[in-house]
Amino acid sequence: MTANVEPMAALPEPDVAREWLRTMTLIRRFEERAGEMYARAKVGGFLHLSIGEEATIVGSARALRERDYLISTYRSHGHALVRGTPPENVMAELFGRVDGCSGGRGGSMHMFDAARRFMGGYGIVGGNLPIAAGLALASDYDGTDDVTLCTFGDGASNQGTFGETLNLAALWKLPVVFIVTNNQFGMGTSLQRHSAVTDLQRKGESLGVPGMRCDGMDVLDTYAVLCEAVARVREERRPLLVEAVTYRFRGHSMADPEQYRSKDEVAQWRERDPIPAFAARLIDAGVIDDAERQRIDADAIARVDAAVAFAEASPFPAPESLYDDVYVLDPRSSGWYSVRTTDVAA
Amino acid sequence: MPELRYREALNAALREELRRDERVFLMGEDIGVFGGAFKVTEGLLDEFGERRVRDTPISENTIVGVGVGAAIAGLRPVVELMTINFALLAFDQIVNHAAHIHYMFAGQATVPLVVRMPQGAGHQLGPTHSHCFEALFLHVPGLLVATPATAADAKGLLKSAIRDENPVIFIEHESLYGVRGDVPDGEETLVRFGHARVAREGSDVTVVGVSRMALTAERAAAKLADEHGVDAEVIDPRTLRPLDLDTILASVAKTNRCVIVEEGWPHGGVGANISSLISEQAFDDLDAPVRRVSGADVPMPYSKPLEDIAYPHEPQVVAAVLDTLGLAAPGAEAAAVERGGR
Repeated sequence: MTANVEPMAALPEPDVAREWLRTMTLIRRFEERAGEMYARAKVGGFLHLSIGEEATIVGSARALRERDYLISTYRSHGHALVRGTPPENVMAELFGRVDGCSGGRGGSMHMFDAARRFMGGYGIVGGNLPIAAGLALASDYDGTDDVTLCTFGDGASNQGTFGETLNLAALWKLPVVFIVTNNQFGMGTSLQRHSAVTDLQRKGESLGVPGMRCDGMDVLDTYAVLCEAVARVREERRPLLVEAVTYRFRGHSMADPEQYRSKDEVAQWRERDPIPAFAARLIDAGVIDDAERQRIDADAIARVDAAVAFAEASPFPAPESLYDDVYVLDPRSSGWYSVRTTDVAA
Repeated sequence: MPELRYREALNAALREELRRDERVFLMGEDIGVFGGAFKVTEGLLDEFGERRVRDTPISENTIVGVGVGAAIAGLRPVVELMTINFALLAFDQIVNHAAHIHYMFAGQATVPLVVRMPQGAGHQLGPTHSHCFEALFLHVPGLLVATPATAADAKGLLKSAIRDENPVIFIEHESLYGVRGDVPDGEETLVRFGHARVAREGSDVTVVGVSRMALTAERAAAKLADEHGVDAEVIDPRTLRPLDLDTILASVAKTNRCVIVEEGWPHGGVGANISSLISEQAFDDLDAPVRRVSGADVPMPYSKPLEDIAYPHEPQVVAAVLDTLGLAAPGAEAAAVERGGR
């Protein structure tokens, strides 16, 4: 499960390295707090946490330019945060409040931040792949050199949209980096039990999409491989598939007793926790000292505290807003767009 | 006013909108080199090139999803699905994505996508290739649904659909592509959504016909006038979302009777929906229960005699109208909604 690259990829500039550690730590602390808020019934529905996958998220997203598109799945809090969506708005979305980044309409699985070109979390496994190809088509159509980074899980590589979209993207030479976040499980079914081909980077070969692999537990390796992939896709205008080998430390969702894997296995992966590993690397290299590491962690906790306070204070959407934004109403049209059997004015 | 076939009217709409707006482009199976399975897109590849007229692999869900993504990013894709039967393969992208993105992301994204597809029985294509699915799409908030029955509406509604900011399911009819009709000139001659067409004015009964059944209803109305002295008003809603319910209710207020004719299945169908709305909004105007004439509640059989009786023709409409007026249909059993059997 280790990547076939140099074990010690080069460190970036100190300020860049600090920002990566800060963002990974923020995602970790955010997700932990989201889980607590779920247990306290402040968050409803499903809650899929990305604890353990922070290096994959940060290393891949930082290979992008601001104008590039990022599109994600139902496990998308970290992707919103890495693109700069304030944690206040992500937490408010979990709380179902008006200041949520999707106005309280989407919840955990459907984060969105158009201004930052975070093009959404999507609740249907594999549903975001064709949309990613459409974003990339628009970039080509408009003559820009923008790239789309499309992230999805190992489970999604069995969906029809995987084969359909990779084929179409290769055929039409669309600038998409498909990154399969191989966290070893499609919900509770292990990779070996759900995919005939477990070397996921090869899964696009027959569709004309070459593969690469990175160590998704190592932000440096992830960044290095994704930089190469993004640069190639930007230049060559054709898709690549990157497998990021990682692990989610928590269950698929909060409603997961985790009977499909052993505590030993989880413990082994936790030894490779990407955040302490990267912090240790930075301390070894003299980029930060332990006091700064602790300060970064304390700052992240404080920011998440602020996010919770913000979300608590944000109002729930007004009942009168129930029917807002179902349609873009056209003054030239008329007739019944909706049949309103629910009295929202009551 | 030039006379065009329904398919030529659609072709003209696409051509005009492609010329008008650089952001408009077409995608679909065999729409380019082949010219379209029903020749709707014939000649467009030659004029606009492969960037804007794109042949796709047979991957319906992904074709629609690519349209969704391109629409979010600011383009105005027009996707052709070869027939409505294959739209079932794209239901995830149509419902979970195209229809819901604007709402679930609180208006941050719009999906100005048109998905064109023909429906309909009559060519002995059997259970998997003869569907009428207006009702499936009508069911979904976030989608608009257009069902043009004439060449003029085909052109005018398609142009409106392409200019609309919402995802539009544009349902054509396989049996109408060769039918000619007068089509008004002018690139800005649009048919607005939510405006029904009163195909025939009358005072005795309101007959609402959907998609091809608007034409069946018109022929039935002519027969009712000629042979039974019944003056039927025929309304073609043209779009089911938004629905011009006001025009239907105004007609029912005048006639006090209504028959709804659709080609799709009766359970949860368009007729059930409109009937319910009439009952809720205009119960006091009714002198008789609203009647439905629909496709038979069976998968479409292949064999010609069975197929013929499995979707409505004029005699069933005539019988239903006579029944709702309390008049016996001479020589014919009234096509009552049968009691449910197994």
